[in-house]
Amino acid sequence: MTSLPGRRLETYIMILIMVTVTPLGDIFLRKGMARIGAMASWAPADVFHFFFRAFTSPLIWLGIGLQLTFFIAYLLVLSWADYSYVQPVSSAISYPLIALLAEFILHESVSPIRWAGVAVICLGVFVVGRTQVKTTGAAV
Amino acid sequence: MITNAIFYFFIVIIGTGGEMCVSRATKEIGEATAFTPRAIARHVGRALANPWMWIAVTMMATAFFALLGMLATTKASLVFPSTAVSYGVGALGGKFFLKEDVSAQRWLGVAVICAGVLLVLIGKG
Repeated sequence: MTSLPGRRLETYIMILIMVTVTPLGDIFLRKGMARIGAMASWAPADVFHFFFRAFTSPLIWLGIGLQLTFFIAYLLVLSWADYSYVQPVSSAISYPLIALLAEFILHESVSPIRWAGVAVICLGVFVVGRTQVKTTGAAV
Repeated sequence: MITNAIFYFFIVIIGTGGEMCVSRATKEIGEATAFTPRAIARHVGRALANPWMWIAVTMMATAFFALLGMLATTKASLVFPSTAVSYGVGALGGKFFLKEDVSAQRWLGVAVICAGVLLVLIGKG
C-alpha cells in the first residue's frame, strides 16, 4: 500500500467539508420533501407534478446547493485519494450527524437500536480510517 | 412500499454506479494541482469534458430523484443510514471496476459498517 503524505492534510480538510455539508443538505431535503408528501401515483402527470413541486421548493434548492458543495469537494479529493477509502469515511461520519440533526431539528424519534446501529457504523469507519489514504498509483 | 423499494434500488445501485464513474473520470483527469479558485475551476472544467463524468452525472441525478421520492414519506434517520448498503457495492466496484487494491482491513471495516446498517434497519424509529 502507498500513501501521499503531501495530500493527507488536504484529504482531511475535504472530508471535513463533506461531512459538514452532507448532513445539513440531507436535513433540508427531508424537510422540503416532507412538506410535499407522497407521490400520488406513477402516472406521468403525477410524477411531473411531484418533481415540479420539489424543484420549486427553496428548501430543496438549499439542500441541492449543499450537495453541490459536497460534490466539488468529492471531485477534488478523489483526484488524489481512493474511492474505496473516501466513500466509507466521509459518508459514515455523516450518519451520526444526520441522526442527531434528524432528532433535534426534524423531531424524529431515533430508537436505541438505531443509535446502536449508527455507533457500529462509526466503528466500521474507524477500521476503514486506519488504512492508508491511497492504495493504488505511484508511491511517494 | 413497492414505490419505496424501487426508489431504494435506484439510490443504492444507480447512485453507487454513478459515484464509481466519478472516480473513474477523476483518475483519467489527473490530480488537482492547487487549491486556488482558478486551479479548481480548471479541474472542474476538465471533469466536465470527460464522458465518464456525464455518465456519472446522469446516474447520480437519477439516484437523487429517487432519494427525493423516498424522503417524501420516510424518515431521514432511516433513509440515509440504510443507504450505507452501498459500501458493499462500492467496495466491490472499487476492486473490480476501478481496479483498486482494497485491503483486508478495509473489507473488515465495510463488513462492520454493514452490520451497523442492519441494526439501523431493524431498529424502529
